[in-house]
Amino acid sequence: MKPAQFDYYCPKTVDEALTLLEESGFDGKIIAGGQSLVPIMNMRLSTPDCLIDINRLQDLDFIDYEEGLVKIGTLTRQNRVETSDLIRQHIGLLSEAVPFIGHVQTRNRGTIGGSLVHADPTAEIPLALMTMGGSVHIASTDEVRTVNAEDFFVTYLTTDVMPTELLTEIHIPIWEGRVGYSFQEISRRHGDFALVASACQLSVDDQNRISDARLVLGGVESVPLLVTEANELLHGERLTDSLLDKVASIVSKVIEPESDLHASADYRRHIAQSLAKRTLQEAYVKAGR
Amino acid sequence: MTVHEVEVKINGKTYKEEVESRMLLSDFLRETCGLTGTHVGCEHGVCGACTVIVNDSAVRSCLMFAVQVDGQEMQTVEGLAQNGQLNPLQKNFVECHGLQCGFCTPGILMSTTDYLKKHSTPCKKDIQDMLSGHLCRCTGYDGIVKAIEKTVEDQKVNI
Repeated sequence: MKPAQFDYYCPKTVDEALTLLEESGFDGKIIAGGQSLVPIMNMRLSTPDCLIDINRLQDLDFIDYEEGLVKIGTLTRQNRVETSDLIRQHIGLLSEAVPFIGHVQTRNRGTIGGSLVHADPTAEIPLALMTMGGSVHIASTDEVRTVNAEDFFVTYLTTDVMPTELLTEIHIPIWEGRVGYSFQEISRRHGDFALVASACQLSVDDQNRISDARLVLGGVESVPLLVTEANELLHGERLTDSLLDKVASIVSKVIEPESDLHASADYRRHIAQSLAKRTLQEAYVKAGR
Repeated sequence: MTVHEVEVKINGKTYKEEVESRMLLSDFLRETCGLTGTHVGCEHGVCGACTVIVNDSAVRSCLMFAVQVDGQEMQTVEGLAQNGQLNPLQKNFVECHGLQCGFCTPGILMSTTDYLKKHSTPCKKDIQDMLSGHLCRCTGYDGIVKAIEKTVEDQKVNI
């Protein structure tokens, strides 16, 4: 298995990368960590004419704290995200999600931005971004625009990033007050793609009533699925067994999982309900502490 | 197609070569540099046999292009033994039956070398987690885990 031929460019600045992208039009493809792109190139499922390597753009490798926000550069390696104290302290859901991605050897190279633009429907970072209500910066030679997670994921392996654009930064809001979160997934083997993944972040008031909840499921649709109906139901409530059952039945109603070699649609529906309940429960317990 | 000049330091020695942009780092090591200790298994990042250390991180060499390591420093399995003597980790693999056919071993040794540099006292579960990125079809992993645990213990004694 060897990739097809391509031209290779290694820009030294973001501007240079954007100019190269514009010049190459639909033929250009960005390579960051390459942990998803290179396998599909090796299998010749993807044969880009031109690769633009952003690994030398050190300006895009950062984790910064700003009032109410954590900003992460697109080139930040998943391993750095996983071990960052700043991320663990302020946006802990992401720290909890990253160890589920592949293996330590792929996380050493794989980047946060690469995972987002690859947009595998079972991937962990897209799910975490959606759950925490984050947004991304997308740059071209003309402008830098901001897109919310809800509008970023279009369908399987497709995002709002156009061929001449580069995702540069990820912004994740820090939730105020008593906040809890949980990330769980089920896969056949550790490090495999998730059959179904579930993430939940919520905040509670001083009476332990849920003031804001975001439950998101991965692997059940073409994009991470925000379970809006459940999140509305939870608002203002204390979490009880009957409420959990109601959430599970909403989940079962709104998802349309597919059958494949790894799991049947029925099994995916079953674990989606179980994981939704588990993550909700764990997030609620953590928030109440 | 583009051809690029690559200058890379591998196990302390500088290699200056011309490569096609599509040449995988794993093929570059084996075919261009003659460093056949790095093994190539699945070529899509699953089996871990081709793992090497690039700039102090264990990575899959089948998921990088040779052109990307220009100006970087690398270590492959050939860099572990010193003056013909196996290093302590390698000796423990021999002693604990950490290998049989040896195909997966170079990758596991490089991952472990990087891992132990960053984690001095891993528990068994940590070691198993790190090894989850490597496929071994001979040993059942038992001997591999023992070899790594023994290396951790030996290091503690030396401190």
